[in-house]
Amino acid sequence: MILSRLARRPLLLAAGLVLALALPWMIYPPVALDMACWALFAAALDLLLGFTGLLSFGHAAFWGGSAYAAALIAVHSGLPFPVAALGGAVFAAVLALPIGYLSVRLRGIYFAMVTLAFAQMVYFVVNQWRDLTGGENGLQGVPRELFGLDLSDSFVFYYAALPLLLAGFVAVWRVVRSPFGRVLVSIRDNPARAQALGYPVERYKLLAFVLSAALSGLAGGLFALGHGFASLESVYWTTSGQAVMMVVLGGIGTLWGGVIGAGLVVELNDYLVTVGFDGIGIVTGTIFVIIVLVFRRGIWGTARDLLAARTGRRRPGEPGSGDTQDGAPARTPGVGTPV
Amino acid sequence: MDGPVLRAQGLAKEFRGFRAVDGVDLDVADGSVHALVGPNGAGKTTLFNLLTGFLKPSAGRILLGGRDLTGSRPEQVARLGVARSFQITSLFPQMTPREHLELALAGGTGLTWRFWRSHRLLDRFGDRAMELLDQVGLAGHAGTPAGTLAYGHKRALELALALALDPRVLLLDEPTAGMGAEDVERTVELVRKVRAGRTVVMVEHNMSVVSSLADRVTVLQSGRVLVEGPYAEIRHDPRVISAYLGDADAGH
Ligand SMILES: Nc1ncnc2c1ncn2[C@@H]1O[C@H](COP(=O)(O)OP(=O)(O)O)[C@@H](O)[C@H]1O
Ligand SMILES: [Mg+2]
Repeated sequence: MILSRLARRPLLLAAGLVLALALPWMIYPPVALDMACWALFAAALDLLLGFTGLLSFGHAAFWGGSAYAAALIAVHSGLPFPVAALGGAVFAAVLALPIGYLSVRLRGIYFAMVTLAFAQMVYFVVNQWRDLTGGENGLQGVPRELFGLDLSDSFVFYYAALPLLLAGFVAVWRVVRSPFGRVLVSIRDNPARAQALGYPVERYKLLAFVLSAALSGLAGGLFALGHGFASLESVYWTTSGQAVMMVVLGGIGTLWGGVIGAGLVVELNDYLVTVGFDGIGIVTGTIFVIIVLVFRRGIWGTARDLLAARTGRRRPGEPGSGDTQDGAPARTPGVGTPV
Repeated sequence: MDGPVLRAQGLAKEFRGFRAVDGVDLDVADGSVHALVGPNGAGKTTLFNLLTGFLKPSAGRILLGGRDLTGSRPEQVARLGVARSFQITSLFPQMTPREHLELALAGGTGLTWRFWRSHRLLDRFGDRAMELLDQVGLAGHAGTPAGTLAYGHKRALELALALALDPRVLLLDEPTAGMGAEDVERTVELVRKVRAGRTVVMVEHNMSVVSSLADRVTVLQSGRVLVEGPYAEIRHDPRVISAYLGDADAGH
């Protein structure tokens, strides 16, 4: 049994890699690129939502902000696309610093609302600053090239961008399984205790926020470069909502769940657009509600639990496994609450 | 035992007009074991929350050595050498006791900022973690998720976490509450052992624990200090007997 568990991880990884390599052969290449970018976005968001316990509703600011930054770098400097994408990621990280600084001290719904508000400010600026961003038309005609090689074919661009995207996934995985990631989980589960152990909880949250934003930015930058176009929609709040939806669908705190959620949502959107259906929001919304109600831990989370139940493995920390005395101490107001 | 290592001066905490802690002066002598007793709701836990930065005082000052701690954040207080345990067990349910202690031990090292390294980096604290677990009798449960531990084991882990910080001042909030006689005995032995080189402040209802450990006792009632002195003196104080010891002893 232990052997099969040890064998499972490389097997899953290999399957994922094969799928990533084969994707543009299986589906329309631009859709494949969308999936890969959204998958990284969802994984980066899960770093915050699932492993730090922060529900950001403003990640469009980083995905979209980086989309514009990367597009502008590509348009005005003519640098190779990876440089533009990484520039976008750096821009997202820098943008995340003040936003995170002002919001990580808030909890729960307040954090979500404030991140949403900041993202709407970014949207407003992008929309108004027409000379730079093209306003409602977006930023068009973004070149994609690498050492003189033209990558405007989505099929080719997919493979050119894949190493960067995979590096992004490795980065998320590394952060989650690092000493830092251990502290994040402790903050998620019991911030008062983490403080009592001497950890400056807000500073850890801030770094998690910045890292998550940078990786979301990497994904958003590649998305814009791949399409040759940075759209106003990329900084709109629906983009933040869609990313949250992907993570919840796949399973919060599962990392790979977000990838599955992204694949599902992108495929569904594409299908509905192709058949000319108007009410995309209604359909995805309904499916979202059903999945969340039926599979409370998301698709990946539920599958993992079923598998664990079959192999007789118990997962700690699930409802019913601890007693009610756990969790944050009942009477420590002022801990992590807005001051 | 020298001068006070930890002092509270006129410390008060008001919750919406209700004074849970109402002008408390407390001098905890360096190297002593200082017990804090009093009926439920007397303000003992609130006092701990004030001393450790979890609550901001409405009035008064807190001094550690010569240093003003008033207004410091909990993690700063912890770093300055004041560690606490929680009355209501406060753990990370998914983590094992060993992982808890690794986290506690890694606190001051800066290693926990390394998001680009494997969490195996924390293995270097494994030996010390096992030592501490052994001290509190948890070595056999080092790999069990804390959420599934028995109550007494959770209390023991709570204590081990505070000890892992190797604090100058150890604040224990009802460390033996809900424990069986055997675990109480072990906890008393443990406190006796770890008090060397430290100062211990403990909230404790069990009077035999207080009498066997405490150098001094402060009795709190309705947020105020009722009386303070060595156990032998205060146990005969009529005010104390009527306020607290009387009804507490009645149960034993
Ligand atoms: N966060 C809070 N908000 C309002 N009242 C509180 C809060 N914390 C404690 N109290 C009140 O303060 C009083 C003292 O509580 P506490 O310090 O927990 O007492 P003890 O630990 O001595 O039993 C109680 O009446 C309690 O209800
Ligand atoms: Mg109490």
